[in-house]
Amino acid sequence: MAAAQPQVGGYILEHLTFLTNKPQTSLVNFTVIDYDTVFFSVLLAVVFAGSFYWVARRAAGSVRSAPRGFQSFVEMIVEWVDSQVRDVYHGTNRLIAPLALTIFCWVYLFNFMDLVPVDLLPDLAKTMGLPHLKVVPSTDLNGVFGLSLTVFILMIFYSIKVKGPLGFLGELTLHPFSSKNKFVQALFVPVNFVLESVTLIARPVSLALRLFGNIFAGEMIFVLLALLTLEHSYAGLASMSGWGLMLLQALLTFVWGVFHLLIITIQAFIFMVLTIVYLAMAHEHH
Amino acid sequence: MHINLTLVVQMAVFAVLIWFTMKFVWPMILGPMQERERRIAQGLAAADKGEEELDRARASAESILREARERAGVIVDQAQRSATEILDHARSAATQEGQRLVAAAQEQIELDAARAKEQLRQQVGAIAVAAAAKLLEREIDARAHEALLSEFAAQL
Repeated sequence: MAAAQPQVGGYILEHLTFLTNKPQTSLVNFTVIDYDTVFFSVLLAVVFAGSFYWVARRAAGSVRSAPRGFQSFVEMIVEWVDSQVRDVYHGTNRLIAPLALTIFCWVYLFNFMDLVPVDLLPDLAKTMGLPHLKVVPSTDLNGVFGLSLTVFILMIFYSIKVKGPLGFLGELTLHPFSSKNKFVQALFVPVNFVLESVTLIARPVSLALRLFGNIFAGEMIFVLLALLTLEHSYAGLASMSGWGLMLLQALLTFVWGVFHLLIITIQAFIFMVLTIVYLAMAHEHH
Repeated sequence: MHINLTLVVQMAVFAVLIWFTMKFVWPMILGPMQERERRIAQGLAAADKGEEELDRARASAESILREARERAGVIVDQAQRSATEILDHARSAATQEGQRLVAAAQEQIELDAARAKEQLRQQVGAIAVAAAAKLLEREIDARAHEALLSEFAAQL
Protein backbone atom coordinates (compact mmCIF):
# COMPACT_ATOMS: atom_id res chain seq x y z
CA MET A 1 0.00 0.00 0.00
CA ALA A 2 2.89 2.31 0.82
CA ALA A 3 4.25 1.98 -2.67
CA ALA A 4 0.86 2.85 -4.07
CA GLN A 5 0.64 6.22 -2.35
CA PRO A 6 2.38 8.25 -5.11
CA GLN A 7 -0.04 6.79 -7.63
CA VAL A 8 -3.05 7.82 -5.54
CA GLY A 9 -1.60 11.26 -4.94
CA GLY A 10 -0.80 11.65 -8.60
CA TYR A 11 -4.28 10.61 -9.61
CA ILE A 12 -5.92 13.11 -7.30
CA LEU A 13 -3.51 15.87 -8.28
CA GLU A 14 -4.22 15.18 -11.91
CA HIS A 15 -7.88 15.86 -11.23
CA LEU A 16 -7.01 19.12 -9.52
CA THR A 17 -4.80 20.48 -12.30
CA PHE A 18 -6.13 22.75 -14.99
CA LEU A 19 -5.09 22.82 -18.60
CA THR A 20 -3.14 26.09 -18.64
CA ASN A 21 -0.85 27.86 -21.07
CA LYS A 22 1.90 27.73 -18.43
CA PRO A 23 2.22 26.52 -14.84
CA GLN A 24 0.89 28.96 -12.27
CA THR A 25 3.06 29.33 -9.21
CA SER A 26 1.62 32.39 -7.49
CA LEU A 27 -1.95 32.72 -6.25
CA VAL A 28 -2.77 35.51 -8.68
CA ASN A 29 -1.24 35.70 -12.13
CA PHE A 30 -3.15 37.31 -14.94
CA THR A 31 -0.93 35.97 -17.69
CA VAL A 32 -2.13 32.43 -17.05
CA ILE A 33 -5.37 31.14 -18.50
CA ASP A 34 -7.29 27.92 -17.85
CA TYR A 35 -8.14 26.68 -21.31
CA ASP A 36 -10.41 23.94 -20.01
CA THR A 37 -12.58 26.24 -17.90
CA VAL A 38 -12.87 28.76 -20.71
CA PHE A 39 -13.65 26.05 -23.24
CA PHE A 40 -16.38 24.38 -21.20
CA SER A 41 -17.83 27.70 -20.01
CA VAL A 42 -18.17 28.94 -23.57
CA LEU A 43 -19.43 25.56 -24.76
CA LEU A 44 -22.12 25.47 -22.06
CA ALA A 45 -22.97 29.12 -22.73
CA VAL A 46 -23.51 28.19 -26.37
CA VAL A 47 -25.60 25.17 -25.35
CA PHE A 48 -27.80 27.34 -23.11
CA ALA A 49 -28.06 30.35 -25.40
CA GLY A 50 -28.45 28.20 -28.51
CA SER A 51 -31.21 25.98 -27.18
CA PHE A 52 -33.13 28.84 -25.59
CA TYR A 53 -32.71 30.99 -28.69
CA TRP A 54 -34.01 28.08 -30.78
CA VAL A 55 -37.15 28.06 -28.63
CA ALA A 56 -37.40 31.87 -28.64
CA ARG A 57 -37.39 31.88 -32.45
CA ARG A 58 -40.32 29.47 -32.52
CA ALA A 59 -42.20 30.95 -29.56
CA ALA A 60 -43.61 33.88 -31.52
CA GLY A 61 -45.44 31.50 -33.87
CA SER A 62 -46.82 29.36 -31.09
CA VAL A 63 -49.18 31.87 -29.54
CA ARG A 64 -52.17 30.08 -31.04
CA SER A 65 -51.05 26.56 -30.24
CA ALA A 66 -50.03 24.62 -27.16
CA PRO A 67 -46.25 24.42 -26.60
CA ARG A 68 -44.75 20.99 -27.06
CA GLY A 69 -41.66 19.06 -26.10
CA PHE A 70 -38.54 21.10 -25.51
CA GLN A 71 -40.47 24.33 -25.87
CA SER A 72 -42.72 23.56 -22.91
CA PHE A 73 -39.66 22.53 -20.91
CA VAL A 74 -38.01 25.88 -21.63
CA GLU A 75 -41.23 27.78 -20.97
CA MET A 76 -41.57 25.96 -17.66
CA ILE A 77 -38.10 27.12 -16.61
CA VAL A 78 -38.72 30.67 -17.81
CA GLU A 79 -42.04 30.90 -15.97
CA TRP A 80 -40.52 29.43 -12.82
CA VAL A 81 -37.62 31.90 -12.89
CA ASP A 82 -40.06 34.70 -13.57
CA SER A 83 -42.14 33.78 -10.52
CA GLN A 84 -38.99 33.55 -8.38
CA VAL A 85 -38.02 37.05 -9.46
CA ARG A 86 -41.52 38.42 -8.91
CA ASP A 87 -41.59 37.02 -5.39
CA VAL A 88 -38.54 39.03 -4.38
CA TYR A 89 -38.27 41.99 -6.69
CA HIS A 90 -41.20 44.27 -7.49
CA GLY A 91 -39.44 46.96 -9.54
CA THR A 92 -39.19 47.51 -13.25
CA ASN A 93 -35.58 46.55 -13.91
CA ARG A 94 -35.62 44.44 -17.03
CA LEU A 95 -32.19 42.96 -16.37
CA ILE A 96 -32.86 40.95 -13.24
CA ALA A 97 -35.11 38.22 -14.65
CA PRO A 98 -32.94 37.41 -17.71
CA LEU A 99 -29.89 37.56 -15.43
CA ALA A 100 -31.51 35.08 -13.05
CA LEU A 101 -32.37 32.75 -15.92
CA THR A 102 -28.84 32.97 -17.29
CA ILE A 103 -27.31 32.24 -13.89
CA PHE A 104 -29.58 29.32 -13.11
CA CYS A 105 -29.12 27.59 -16.44
CA TRP A 106 -25.45 28.30 -16.86
CA VAL A 107 -24.52 27.30 -13.30
CA TYR A 108 -26.71 24.22 -13.57
CA LEU A 109 -24.88 23.20 -16.73
CA PHE A 110 -21.52 23.89 -15.06
CA ASN A 111 -22.52 21.68 -12.17
CA PHE A 112 -24.00 19.06 -14.43
CA MET A 113 -20.55 18.44 -15.92
CA ASP A 114 -19.80 16.93 -12.52
CA LEU A 115 -22.07 14.01 -13.38
CA VAL A 116 -19.99 13.09 -16.43
CA PRO A 117 -17.81 10.18 -15.24
CA VAL A 118 -14.74 11.81 -13.70
CA ASP A 119 -12.18 10.12 -15.93
CA LEU A 120 -14.08 10.03 -19.21
CA LEU A 121 -13.25 13.44 -20.65
CA PRO A 122 -9.74 13.75 -19.10
CA ASP A 123 -8.80 10.35 -20.56
CA LEU A 124 -10.22 11.31 -23.95
CA ALA A 125 -8.17 14.50 -23.73
CA LYS A 126 -5.07 12.47 -22.98
CA THR A 127 -5.49 10.49 -26.17
CA MET A 128 -5.57 13.85 -27.95
CA GLY A 129 -2.35 14.88 -26.24
CA LEU A 130 -3.72 17.20 -23.58
CA PRO A 131 -2.08 16.48 -20.20
CA HIS A 132 -4.93 17.74 -17.99
CA LEU A 133 -8.57 18.56 -18.29
CA LYS A 134 -10.98 19.85 -15.66
CA VAL A 135 -14.45 19.72 -17.07
CA VAL A 136 -16.47 21.42 -14.29
CA PRO A 137 -16.15 25.22 -14.53
CA SER A 138 -17.74 25.67 -11.09
CA THR A 139 -14.79 23.86 -9.51
CA ASP A 140 -12.57 26.64 -10.81
CA LEU A 141 -12.35 29.69 -8.54
CA ASN A 142 -12.09 31.83 -11.66
CA GLY A 143 -15.32 30.30 -12.93
CA VAL A 144 -17.37 31.02 -9.83
CA PHE A 145 -15.80 34.40 -9.07
CA GLY A 146 -16.36 35.43 -12.65
CA LEU A 147 -20.07 35.07 -11.97
CA SER A 148 -20.18 36.53 -8.48
CA LEU A 149 -17.97 39.52 -9.31
CA THR A 150 -20.17 40.37 -12.28
CA VAL A 151 -23.16 40.20 -9.96
CA PHE A 152 -21.22 42.35 -7.47
CA ILE A 153 -20.52 44.97 -10.12
CA LEU A 154 -24.21 45.02 -11.04
CA MET A 155 -25.13 45.39 -7.36
CA ILE A 156 -22.84 48.42 -6.97
CA PHE A 157 -23.96 49.85 -10.30
CA TYR A 158 -27.66 49.69 -9.48
CA SER A 159 -27.12 50.87 -5.90
CA ILE A 160 -25.43 54.00 -7.20
CA LYS A 161 -27.90 54.39 -10.05
CA VAL A 162 -30.97 54.11 -7.83
CA LYS A 163 -29.76 55.86 -4.69
CA GLY A 164 -27.09 58.14 -6.12
CA PRO A 165 -23.44 58.10 -5.05
CA LEU A 166 -24.27 59.87 -1.80
CA GLY A 167 -27.13 57.56 -1.04
CA PHE A 168 -24.90 54.56 -1.58
CA LEU A 169 -22.18 56.07 0.58
CA GLY A 170 -24.77 56.85 3.25
CA GLU A 171 -25.91 53.26 3.17
CA LEU A 172 -22.34 52.19 3.84
CA THR A 173 -21.67 54.64 6.66
CA LEU A 174 -24.94 55.52 8.44
CA HIS A 175 -26.00 52.00 9.37
CA PRO A 176 -26.33 49.98 11.52
CA PHE A 177 -25.30 52.50 14.22
CA SER A 178 -26.79 55.94 14.02
CA SER A 179 -27.33 58.84 16.38
CA LYS A 180 -29.05 62.18 16.36
CA ASN A 181 -25.96 63.71 17.88
CA LYS A 182 -23.69 64.86 15.03
CA PHE A 183 -20.51 64.17 16.99
CA VAL A 184 -21.50 60.63 17.99
CA GLN A 185 -22.62 60.03 14.44
CA ALA A 186 -19.19 61.07 13.17
CA LEU A 187 -17.65 58.52 15.52
CA PHE A 188 -20.01 55.85 14.21
CA VAL A 189 -19.17 56.48 10.55
CA PRO A 190 -15.88 54.53 10.39
CA VAL A 191 -17.31 51.70 12.46
CA ASN A 192 -20.35 51.48 10.20
CA PHE A 193 -18.17 51.66 7.12
CA VAL A 194 -16.07 48.72 8.22
CA LEU A 195 -19.13 46.65 9.15
CA GLU A 196 -21.06 47.46 6.01
CA SER A 197 -18.07 46.97 3.73
CA VAL A 198 -17.49 43.54 5.17
CA THR A 199 -21.17 42.72 4.70
CA LEU A 200 -21.05 43.99 1.15
CA ILE A 201 -17.87 42.18 0.17
CA ALA A 202 -18.97 39.02 1.93
CA ARG A 203 -21.83 38.71 -0.53
CA PRO A 204 -19.92 37.94 -3.74
CA VAL A 205 -17.32 35.95 -1.81
CA SER A 206 -19.87 33.73 -0.09
CA LEU A 207 -21.85 33.46 -3.33
CA ALA A 208 -18.80 32.16 -5.17
CA LEU A 209 -17.31 30.01 -2.41
CA ARG A 210 -20.60 28.29 -1.53
CA LEU A 211 -20.99 27.10 -5.10
CA PHE A 212 -17.31 26.28 -5.45
CA GLY A 213 -17.17 24.36 -2.17
CA ASN A 214 -20.22 22.23 -2.85
CA ILE A 215 -19.29 21.28 -6.37
CA PHE A 216 -15.59 20.85 -5.63
CA ALA A 217 -16.43 18.54 -2.73
CA GLY A 218 -18.85 16.63 -4.92
CA GLU A 219 -16.22 16.13 -7.57
CA MET A 220 -13.73 15.08 -4.95
CA ILE A 221 -16.09 12.37 -3.71
CA PHE A 222 -16.33 11.00 -7.27
CA VAL A 223 -12.52 11.05 -7.53
CA LEU A 224 -12.16 9.29 -4.18
CA LEU A 225 -14.70 6.64 -5.18
CA ALA A 226 -12.66 6.07 -8.33
CA LEU A 227 -9.69 5.25 -6.09
CA LEU A 228 -11.44 2.04 -5.00
CA THR A 229 -10.35 0.24 -8.15
CA LEU A 230 -7.39 2.46 -9.09
CA GLU A 231 -4.76 0.35 -7.33
CA HIS A 232 -5.68 -2.92 -8.97
CA SER A 233 -4.33 -4.41 -12.14
CA TYR A 234 -6.77 -5.87 -14.68
CA ALA A 235 -5.87 -9.31 -13.39
CA GLY A 236 -6.60 -8.22 -9.85
CA LEU A 237 -9.97 -6.79 -10.90
CA ALA A 238 -10.89 -10.09 -12.48
CA SER A 239 -10.66 -11.82 -9.08
CA MET A 240 -13.62 -12.15 -6.71
CA SER A 241 -12.57 -9.24 -4.50
CA GLY A 242 -11.88 -7.18 -7.63
CA TRP A 243 -15.45 -7.71 -8.82
CA GLY A 244 -16.66 -6.80 -5.37
CA LEU A 245 -14.71 -3.56 -5.44
CA MET A 246 -16.00 -2.67 -8.90
CA LEU A 247 -19.58 -3.33 -7.83
CA LEU A 248 -19.06 -1.28 -4.68
CA GLN A 249 -17.61 1.60 -6.66
CA ALA A 250 -20.45 1.49 -9.19
CA LEU A 251 -23.06 1.39 -6.45
CA LEU A 252 -21.53 4.19 -4.37
CA THR A 253 -20.93 6.33 -7.45
CA PHE A 254 -24.54 5.84 -8.46
CA VAL A 255 -25.85 6.73 -4.99
CA TRP A 256 -23.61 9.78 -4.77
CA GLY A 257 -24.57 10.75 -8.32
CA VAL A 258 -28.27 10.70 -7.42
CA PHE A 259 -27.58 12.76 -4.32
CA HIS A 260 -25.36 15.09 -6.27
CA LEU A 261 -28.13 15.65 -8.79
CA LEU A 262 -30.00 17.31 -5.93
CA ILE A 263 -26.97 19.32 -4.85
CA ILE A 264 -26.17 20.74 -8.28
CA THR A 265 -29.78 21.86 -8.71
CA ILE A 266 -29.95 23.40 -5.25
CA GLN A 267 -26.64 25.20 -5.72
CA ALA A 268 -27.74 26.66 -9.05
CA PHE A 269 -31.01 27.68 -7.42
CA ILE A 270 -29.29 29.29 -4.42
CA PHE A 271 -26.93 31.22 -6.66
CA MET A 272 -29.89 32.50 -8.67
CA VAL A 273 -32.08 33.41 -5.68
CA LEU A 274 -29.28 35.18 -3.83
CA THR A 275 -28.45 37.15 -6.97
CA ILE A 276 -32.08 38.24 -7.22
CA VAL A 277 -32.15 39.15 -3.52
CA TYR A 278 -28.90 41.13 -3.71
CA LEU A 279 -30.03 43.05 -6.77
CA ALA A 280 -33.44 43.68 -5.23
CA MET A 281 -31.69 45.05 -2.15
CA ALA A 282 -29.58 47.28 -4.39
CA HIS A 283 -32.84 48.83 -5.62
CA GLU A 284 -34.28 49.40 -2.15
CA HIS A 285 -34.08 52.63 -0.25
CA HIS A 286 -33.52 52.42 3.46
CA MET B 1 -6.46 27.39 -6.02
CA HIS B 2 -5.49 30.27 -8.18
CA ILE B 3 -6.84 33.40 -9.76
CA ASN B 4 -5.83 34.21 -13.32
CA LEU B 5 -6.94 35.61 -16.67
CA THR B 6 -9.76 33.04 -16.76
CA LEU B 7 -11.63 35.24 -14.30
CA VAL B 8 -11.69 38.15 -16.75
CA VAL B 9 -12.64 35.90 -19.65
CA GLN B 10 -15.39 34.34 -17.54
CA MET B 11 -16.79 37.77 -16.65
CA ALA B 12 -16.75 38.82 -20.29
CA VAL B 13 -18.49 35.64 -21.41
CA PHE B 14 -21.03 36.06 -18.62
CA ALA B 15 -21.70 39.67 -19.59
CA VAL B 16 -22.24 38.70 -23.23
CA LEU B 17 -24.48 35.83 -22.17
CA ILE B 18 -26.59 38.13 -19.96
CA TRP B 19 -26.90 40.61 -22.80
CA PHE B 20 -27.90 37.87 -25.23
CA THR B 21 -30.50 36.41 -22.86
CA MET B 22 -31.88 39.84 -22.12
CA LYS B 23 -32.08 40.84 -25.75
CA PHE B 24 -32.97 37.67 -27.67
CA VAL B 25 -34.22 35.04 -25.24
CA TRP B 26 -36.19 36.37 -22.30
CA PRO B 27 -38.66 38.73 -24.02
CA MET B 28 -39.04 36.41 -27.02
CA ILE B 29 -40.16 33.55 -24.78
CA LEU B 30 -42.07 35.36 -22.04
CA GLY B 31 -43.90 37.69 -24.45
CA PRO B 32 -45.61 34.96 -26.48
CA MET B 33 -46.26 33.04 -23.25
CA GLN B 34 -48.11 35.99 -21.76
CA GLU B 35 -49.92 36.57 -25.04
CA ARG B 36 -50.98 32.93 -25.08
CA GLU B 37 -52.05 33.19 -21.45
CA ARG B 38 -54.16 36.22 -22.33
CA ARG B 39 -55.76 34.35 -25.23
CA ILE B 40 -56.54 31.34 -23.08
CA ALA B 41 -58.10 33.56 -20.43
CA GLN B 42 -60.14 35.27 -23.13
CA GLY B 43 -61.21 31.91 -24.55
CA LEU B 44 -62.28 30.66 -21.13
CA ALA B 45 -64.19 33.85 -20.47
CA ALA B 46 -65.90 33.53 -23.86
CA ALA B 47 -66.77 29.92 -23.12
CA ASP B 48 -68.28 30.98 -19.79
CA LYS B 49 -70.23 33.70 -21.50
CA GLY B 50 -71.40 31.28 -24.18
CA GLU B 51 -72.55 28.82 -21.58
CA GLU B 52 -74.40 31.55 -19.75
CA GLU B 53 -76.03 32.63 -22.98
CA LEU B 54 -76.95 29.05 -23.75
CA ASP B 55 -78.61 28.76 -20.35
CA ARG B 56 -80.45 31.98 -20.94
CA ALA B 57 -81.55 30.88 -24.41
CA ARG B 58 -82.64 27.52 -23.04
CA ALA B 59 -84.70 29.24 -20.35
CA SER B 60 -86.27 31.63 -22.82
CA ALA B 61 -86.99 28.79 -25.24
CA GLU B 62 -88.69 26.92 -22.44
CA SER B 63 -90.80 29.92 -21.49
CA ILE B 64 -91.73 30.47 -25.14
CA LEU B 65 -92.67 26.83 -25.45
CA ARG B 66 -94.76 26.97 -22.29
CA GLU B 67 -96.51 30.08 -23.52
CA ALA B 68 -97.16 28.47 -26.88
CA ARG B 69 -98.53 25.39 -25.19
CA GLU B 70 -100.82 27.53 -23.07
CA ARG B 71 -102.00 29.49 -26.05
CA ALA B 72 -102.60 26.28 -27.98
CA GLY B 73 -104.69 25.02 -25.07
CA VAL B 74 -106.67 28.23 -25.06
CA ILE B 75 -107.16 28.01 -28.81
CA VAL B 76 -108.29 24.40 -28.61
CA ASP B 77 -110.72 25.29 -25.83
CA GLN B 78 -112.02 28.17 -27.85
CA ALA B 79 -112.36 25.99 -30.90
CA GLN B 80 -114.23 23.36 -28.96
CA ARG B 81 -116.47 25.98 -27.47
CA SER B 82 -117.17 27.57 -30.81
CA ALA B 83 -117.69 24.16 -32.41
CA THR B 84 -120.30 23.35 -29.78
CA GLU B 85 -121.80 26.74 -30.32
CA ILE B 86 -121.91 26.26 -34.09
CA LEU B 87 -123.37 22.83 -33.64
CA ASP B 88 -126.03 24.20 -31.29
CA HIS B 89 -126.73 26.98 -33.72
CA ALA B 90 -127.01 24.55 -36.57
CA ARG B 91 -129.16 22.26 -34.58
CA SER B 92 -131.53 25.00 -33.50
CA ALA B 93 -131.55 26.45 -37.02
CA ALA B 94 -132.37 23.06 -38.45
CA THR B 95 -135.11 22.54 -35.89
CA GLN B 96 -136.53 25.94 -36.67
CA GLU B 97 -136.29 25.27 -40.37
CA GLY B 98 -137.98 21.93 -39.93
CA GLN B 99 -140.73 23.51 -37.91
CA ARG B 100 -141.06 26.23 -40.48
CA LEU B 101 -141.24 23.67 -43.28
CA VAL B 102 -143.78 21.65 -41.39
CA ALA B 103 -145.80 24.80 -40.72
CA ALA B 104 -145.56 25.85 -44.36
CA ALA B 105 -146.58 22.39 -45.50
CA GLN B 106 -149.54 22.38 -43.15
CA GLU B 107 -150.53 25.83 -44.33
CA GLN B 108 -150.24 24.63 -47.86
CA ILE B 109 -152.28 21.59 -47.05
CA GLU B 110 -154.92 23.76 -45.40
CA LEU B 111 -154.87 26.15 -48.33
CA ASP B 112 -155.18 23.27 -50.77
CA ALA B 113 -157.96 21.74 -48.73
CA ALA B 114 -159.74 25.09 -48.60
CA ARG B 115 -159.30 25.52 -52.30
CA ALA B 116 -160.55 22.01 -52.93
CA LYS B 117 -163.51 22.64 -50.66
CA GLU B 118 -164.24 25.86 -52.52
CA GLN B 119 -164.08 24.05 -55.83
CA LEU B 120 -166.17 21.25 -54.48
CA ARG B 121 -168.66 23.76 -53.17
CA GLN B 122 -168.85 25.51 -56.52
CA GLN B 123 -169.10 22.23 -58.33
CA VAL B 124 -171.76 21.00 -55.89
CA GLY B 125 -173.56 24.33 -56.46
CA ALA B 126 -173.34 23.88 -60.16
CA ILE B 127 -174.42 20.28 -59.88
CA ALA B 128 -177.26 21.29 -57.61
CA VAL B 129 -178.27 24.00 -60.03
CA ALA B 130 -178.02 21.60 -62.90
CA ALA B 131 -179.91 18.99 -60.93
CA ALA B 132 -182.58 21.51 -59.97
CA ALA B 133 -182.85 22.69 -63.54
CA LYS B 134 -183.26 19.18 -64.67
CA LEU B 135 -185.81 18.66 -61.98
CA LEU B 136 -187.69 21.79 -62.85
CA GLU B 137 -187.22 21.09 -66.55
CA ARG B 138 -186.67 24.55 -67.07
CA GLU B 139 -183.92 26.83 -66.96
CA ILE B 140 -183.48 28.76 -63.83
CA ASP B 141 -182.23 32.15 -64.39
CA ALA B 142 -178.81 31.66 -63.03
CA ARG B 143 -178.40 35.29 -62.68
CA ALA B 144 -181.54 35.73 -60.72
CA HIS B 145 -180.62 33.03 -58.32
CA GLU B 146 -177.06 33.65 -58.01
CA ALA B 147 -177.33 35.06 -54.55
CA LEU B 148 -179.36 32.08 -53.47
CA LEU B 149 -176.87 29.70 -55.01
CA SER B 150 -173.80 31.20 -53.45
CA GLU B 151 -175.52 31.19 -50.08
CA PHE B 152 -176.25 27.61 -50.62
CA ALA B 153 -172.73 26.85 -51.71
CA ALA B 154 -171.34 28.60 -48.65
CA GLN B 155 -173.43 26.37 -46.43
CA LEU B 156 -171.85 23.29 -47.83
